[in-house]
Amino acid sequence: MKETVIQTDKLTKKFGDFIATNAITFSVSKGEIFGFLGANGAGKTTAMRMLCGLSIPSSGTASIAGFDVYTQTEEIKKNIGYMSQRFSLYEDLSILENIRFFGGIYGLSKQQLKEKSEMLIHQLGLESEAKKLVSSLPLGWRQKLSFSVAVMHEPKIVFLDEPTGGVDPLTRRQFWDLIYAAADKGVTIFVTTHYMDEAEYCDRISIMVDGKIEAMDTPSKLKEQFAAPSMDDVFYQLARGAKRKE
Amino acid sequence: MWAISAINLKKTYGKEATVAVDDISFEVAKGELFGLIGPDGAGKTSIFRMLTTLLLPDGGNATVLGLDVVTDYKTIRKKVGYMPGKFSLYPDLTVLENLNFFATVFGTTVDENYDLIRDIYVQLEPFKDRRAGKLSGGMKQKLALCCALIHKPDVLFLDEPTTGVDPVSRKEFWQMLKRLKDQGITILVSTPYMDEASMCDRIALIQEGKILSINTPQAITAAFPSPIYAVKANNMFGLIQALQQQKEVSACYTFGEFAHVIYKEFPLSEIDMKNYLNENNLELQFYSSIEATIEDCFIRFLK
Amino acid sequence: MKQFMSFVRKEFFHVLRDRKTLFILFGMPVVQILIFGFALTNEVKNSRILIVDQAHDESSKQLIREIEASQYFETENIVADFNQVEKVFKEGKIRVALVIPANFREDLLQNNAASLQLINDASDPNTATTLTNYISSIVLDFQMRNFPGGPKPIQIIPQLRMLYNPQLKGAPNFVPGVMAMVLMLICVMMTAVSIVREKETGTMEVLLVSPFKPLMVIISKAFPYLILSLINVTSILLLSVFVLDLPITGNILLLYAVSTLFIITCLSIGILISVRTDSQQVAMLISLMGMLLPALLFSGFMFPIENMPFPLQIISNIIPAKWYYIMVKAIMIKGLGFSAIWKEASILVAITLVILGISIKNFKIRLA
Repeated sequence: MKETVIQTDKLTKKFGDFIATNAITFSVSKGEIFGFLGANGAGKTTAMRMLCGLSIPSSGTASIAGFDVYTQTEEIKKNIGYMSQRFSLYEDLSILENIRFFGGIYGLSKQQLKEKSEMLIHQLGLESEAKKLVSSLPLGWRQKLSFSVAVMHEPKIVFLDEPTGGVDPLTRRQFWDLIYAAADKGVTIFVTTHYMDEAEYCDRISIMVDGKIEAMDTPSKLKEQFAAPSMDDVFYQLARGAKRKE
Repeated sequence: MWAISAINLKKTYGKEATVAVDDISFEVAKGELFGLIGPDGAGKTSIFRMLTTLLLPDGGNATVLGLDVVTDYKTIRKKVGYMPGKFSLYPDLTVLENLNFFATVFGTTVDENYDLIRDIYVQLEPFKDRRAGKLSGGMKQKLALCCALIHKPDVLFLDEPTTGVDPVSRKEFWQMLKRLKDQGITILVSTPYMDEASMCDRIALIQEGKILSINTPQAITAAFPSPIYAVKANNMFGLIQALQQQKEVSACYTFGEFAHVIYKEFPLSEIDMKNYLNENNLELQFYSSIEATIEDCFIRFLK
Repeated sequence: MKQFMSFVRKEFFHVLRDRKTLFILFGMPVVQILIFGFALTNEVKNSRILIVDQAHDESSKQLIREIEASQYFETENIVADFNQVEKVFKEGKIRVALVIPANFREDLLQNNAASLQLINDASDPNTATTLTNYISSIVLDFQMRNFPGGPKPIQIIPQLRMLYNPQLKGAPNFVPGVMAMVLMLICVMMTAVSIVREKETGTMEVLLVSPFKPLMVIISKAFPYLILSLINVTSILLLSVFVLDLPITGNILLLYAVSTLFIITCLSIGILISVRTDSQQVAMLISLMGMLLPALLFSGFMFPIENMPFPLQIISNIIPAKWYYIMVKAIMIKGLGFSAIWKEASILVAITLVILGISIKNFKIRLA
């Protein structure tokens, strides 16, 4: 049995009368790639914020890397990495400056920073571009760089919020290669996506509808359970019935 | 006469003249649903802005409804509907206020063209007094579409209307586009989602400002030159690595639950594949020849 | 026209739904008037004064009564011995001492001249000057009332006349200043920010790709702020008349006409900023640092222009707020008519036309 790194029990967030996340219970073990799917407005973002220690739950419990989401949010932040499609890197800083900045935030020493940034640039094959501004990189490269920066401080868990939106199909696959490599090293991946083929790449996925987790299993078992030929179809069956569309 | 025609269209930005659109030519027939398919940064938005008279081309020329995008911009602006890539409504106005405002700006009323937007608007009606900023992604896009349609345009330009929208809302959105097309509206739409290509009459695959291929989705996939197979084994990561070493294989990559294998010339038989995988400690679970998808074609063009 | 009205209505929705904007729009003028009117006043009230009355006659008593009646002074003591002055000063009890010489009345009646000695604590020179002015005006008053027909020239003190504002109240100075500042802030910053916001949200793209004329988009965005600013002018005037007791001596229509002109100037500056910038922050910074600060420095409201070095005096001429400030003072305080301000008005019209010209030239009917 593998070590559990995310454990939630009836995790709930209310905004007034509105229950954004309704008693979600799940666990994710070390090195697992966990796909967190749901329609727009299903409560994914709210749930993710609670797990990252950015928002205090209304009720229920959750522990991230062994730390409590109510009381140990600072500890949580040290042990996770985060990357979203919207904000990833500073476009007006060079690649190297970005790496150093984010490394510095997570308290890497000078020596570590030097080693890490060299290794990272080498891995991505960006040696000749290291001094260029991030804004001059194509989007796909930016997303790969941004992922590498998010795992630079060797977090236990990485939260990826639609990391591949708008990226070309080839780069998208290269991005997933990075995810696999990180998971192979024992990093737990928590990812949201609107690409249903990417849902297939996850070890396990959960699908949220109207604030609740309506289905959670491996992609193949889910397809079996819903007698559906593809994940797209599973998702469609579940989310079509959603009442909450706002 | 074409509804939209672009000839050697070119756009560069900044002092270093970064090329965003590089000599692009294509035509869209009246009543056609035409898709520009490509990732972010491919130049889709620049093309849209030139065609909607918002940007001046640096080279080539383009017409919309036979009108030149540079000289006849005033007439074009009266006849087209445009939905920009990013959310372009007033978040602090309600759904109905947004709709009424845009109707008036375009010199019409909501009632006058209600027929056209009825299908979409009925879904928004329950939220008509809600501020637009508080709608979900899918709903915002529907409202933006209503606003772009309110003056019954002859040509509709939709720049990435489904980006960031969940698969269910995306499906609904494409059904709406089909219905609009049936009413005779010419639609130019862009998307980074390859699976949406099949919903278009014709598509242009673009990458880095260039058109890779332009045709009907069926013709593009039918023209895929090499044998392509779907494979599944007990370990995807191992499977890809193993197949990339195989000398008959030209490319292999993940595709949902399967891996797609493209052969240089002669595909392996199922027995050969099974044996090859066994040698690599893998167990073959599925193996079949398939039709290439648009995504396969796009990946091939990129390589 | 219908499009225009729809635009204006939409703009009002934006303003009314954003509490912050609403506060800046209507709270700021009130707050500024109250702050300037009651907190940041340069009036000096209830200064302690020592009076050395060596005359002890009817006239000196009358003068003392008038000083005591004024709100500016509070009598510490009335003594007869001049030697007391230094002692009381050193104890820090008083700011000023007035010495009325013996034979005050006789001197006045017979010699047509009497001298008063005023001893000031000049460690705070501004206050000292102000207090001197207060005393002078009280003495002048006293003289006019008691010896109106007296043979001239009667000289008690050097003749000082505080025109238009004999009590040296602060309000006549700052009300026009606050009006200039508030209008500047609202018209320049709000217009610039609200137009740039449309660029940021992408709605400008949609509006440009509409039959609505691009220039009309700008005009109809500016128009609501003209109305809102006129409402603000009204509220400032009401406050100054009813709270600060500052009457409007001149023609109120002329005052509104001049304000409308200045508002249009400010709107065109706002439009100019908005056509040249792409983000709300930049627009706001330029409006605040590049527009409001010079207006504050060079309008003559805070710092007298005559005291500035010559180059700065020249620069002050291109600051619209300066001309508006001069005109408002002329109309409101001095009660002058159009003939007195036509020069300033023409300069402001010229500035406005130049700015509008530049904005229209820079205005893009496309995105880039």
